[in-house]
Amino acid sequence: MTTTDPTLSPTGSDGARPATGAGTGTRGTRIIGIATIVAMGWLVAFGLGFSPEDRDQRESVRLLYVHVPTIWIAYLAFIVTAIASGMYFFGKKHSLGWDRLAGASAEIGTAFVAVTLVIGAMWGRLTWGVFWQWDARLTTTALLFVTYIGYLAVRRLDGTHEQRARRSAVIGMLAVLEIPLVHWSVRLWRSLHQEATVLGTDGDVSMDGLMLFSLFVGVVAFSLLYLWLVLHRTRVMAMEDLLDDRGLDDALAARRAEAGPVDAGPVDAGPVDSGPVDGNRMQEGAL
Amino acid sequence: MSVVDLDDAVAVLGRFPALAGATLRVEEGEIVLLRGPNGAGKTTLLRLCAGLLPLVRGTGTVLGLDLATHRESIRRTVGFLGHQNGLYLDLTVAENVRFWGSTVGASDAEMHAAMSRLDVAGRVADVAVSKLSAGQKRRAALACLIARRAQLWLLDEPHAGLDASARDELDDTLRQAAASGATMLVASHELDRAGSLATRTVDVVAGRVLEVPGAPGSGNQAGTGAEEGR
Amino acid sequence: MSTMRIARVVAAKDLRIEWNSRVFVNQVLPFAGVTMVIFAFALDADSVLQRVAPGLVWLATMFSMLVLVQRAFAVETADGALDALRVAGVDPRAIYLGKAAALGVQLLVLEVVLLAAAVVLYGQTIPADGWVLLVTTLTSATCGLAAVGTLYGGLAAGFTGRETLLPLLTFPAVAPVLIGATRAVEAALGTAGAVVSDGWPWVGLLAVFAVAFGVGGALAFGPLIDE
Repeated sequence: MTTTDPTLSPTGSDGARPATGAGTGTRGTRIIGIATIVAMGWLVAFGLGFSPEDRDQRESVRLLYVHVPTIWIAYLAFIVTAIASGMYFFGKKHSLGWDRLAGASAEIGTAFVAVTLVIGAMWGRLTWGVFWQWDARLTTTALLFVTYIGYLAVRRLDGTHEQRARRSAVIGMLAVLEIPLVHWSVRLWRSLHQEATVLGTDGDVSMDGLMLFSLFVGVVAFSLLYLWLVLHRTRVMAMEDLLDDRGLDDALAARRAEAGPVDAGPVDAGPVDSGPVDGNRMQEGAL
Repeated sequence: MSVVDLDDAVAVLGRFPALAGATLRVEEGEIVLLRGPNGAGKTTLLRLCAGLLPLVRGTGTVLGLDLATHRESIRRTVGFLGHQNGLYLDLTVAENVRFWGSTVGASDAEMHAAMSRLDVAGRVADVAVSKLSAGQKRRAALACLIARRAQLWLLDEPHAGLDASARDELDDTLRQAAASGATMLVASHELDRAGSLATRTVDVVAGRVLEVPGAPGSGNQAGTGAEEGR
Repeated sequence: MSTMRIARVVAAKDLRIEWNSRVFVNQVLPFAGVTMVIFAFALDADSVLQRVAPGLVWLATMFSMLVLVQRAFAVETADGALDALRVAGVDPRAIYLGKAAALGVQLLVLEVVLLAAAVVLYGQTIPADGWVLLVTTLTSATCGLAAVGTLYGGLAAGFTGRETLLPLLTFPAVAPVLIGATRAVEAALGTAGAVVSDGWPWVGLLAVFAVAFGVGGALAFGPLIDE
């Protein structure tokens, strides 16, 4: 059995075919990219221009059009990480493409949480007068951030791709266990944060229509951004893994060459292209 | 059924292909000496056969079990003694043997027998391992191996760090074990000692395995796999 | 050999190592004690100390736990014993449960000593009706801590940077325990007007945490320590 990753090929793990030498872009990502730019344009227009200022928060409410979508998308990203981790771990083929998706999604999710925290701090300064408060939501977000920093640290530990994938998958799934527990405990502990003003439990939507629409545009824009980033990142990871594998082929060749003129007969020591590797067979004669 | 059957096996340490396509077949009862310079891949080959490292390319079975899928099961039947002894330094010899024996349900009698065979059943038995000499530690480790009832012994430079008399004792033990049917792979620089013990010799060079007909210890014993690259 | 039997063997082995080497008694307990003392230096006012005493007890526990976990796996990697355990094909779940149990025992002793230190150094008293809550809290919190510590300790063992990887992974994961255990102990001691009945919901959380990580850890340990 060979363990060369069959999902690695110039077609990339998601099946699309990047033009050779042109990086990881494809027609699909170009479309998504353009859509993202358009959506971001709308967001700027509505967020900064068309939507009104809030009665209480005045202009600082505009920060929410970024702050809220980023945390929502971050959660989405982490759910994707968890699912992809599970697909890798419990799948029969242990396809590394799932591991790359999990890693890419976690990276982007963590970046989005960082954005959430920074924008949130700015908003807090404007609205509450402080950059930070130890209330339920902020605390859980901070812990979420640190948890996934830990996940990313585990991904960088030494080892083969399969080892990395297995460890990360386990940690990724454990995070799904940790997050609800953290939420429960922190919520039980605190509740000062501005309660969900969009999806209020009393049923009525307490945001003005246009503000709601701006928020919606924000969600769409950041979702597209997430998608675009994940696609590119997974492809870059696939290429990094491919590079590693080719590095292995080169290293194998170099290693075998250490033996010097020991072997009689044809030596197939060239780097092997991606795809199933078969024996670089050497006819070894007697010493 | 061969005890070990590797075909173009590749194993890596980090990014480095320590084993770069090893082909080896070992039959039951053989004592195979692995020769080769440092860095050649002897340790990696042994760890691979022990089920400790993943098989990155190629195929392999140990005691009939596939290295790619059944590493757990392989581990239970194999006894590996590496550069480290696998002992708990703060426990005595007896406590170590008792622990290892308990993991397979060995009886007190078995454990005591294991210690006696390695001559660590006397006063040495109650000394903390950290205070023992290198030779005593090695013997204690082998006692644990016996207590675990291993079917394939993988020994990585077992003579290293031992003085002359300790090496003699070790050879006796290995000879006894071989006589009672254990299959062994021994990596060693002690070509004379191990050579006289071995039924067959192979060279490990740059991560590959080469048969050495005519070298000490190699004979026409179970003439199998004499040429590589099947 | 059932998993539970082997887990008992592993736990006994860990405790025997501790008994022989006395690292816990000679190094970890004094470290925890010193931590409690320097908290007083940092926090100056007596009133402050009294108010935060339960929190300090658990903080000192957390820091000492890092030392305990590192030690628990240092004995395994010193002479390749964990490798040898893997070669032996010993069920990783048994290794996990055994090591977690031994760690739990040591943590429990540690916590009791720290509570006693809090009584002495921070002027705490334990009201009669708080004992049951206190004991239950200690038990459930310890199970959770031992479960997480053993799991991530096994992952980090043998890697460069394990000393920093361990707290990075462990502290966010045990945040619920820190929150819950501190609140429950506050309720048991009557700190800042808390009453004993306030503490029981927290114990519930601690118990769920312990079970979740106990099961999750036992399943995850094998894949994590494997090469």
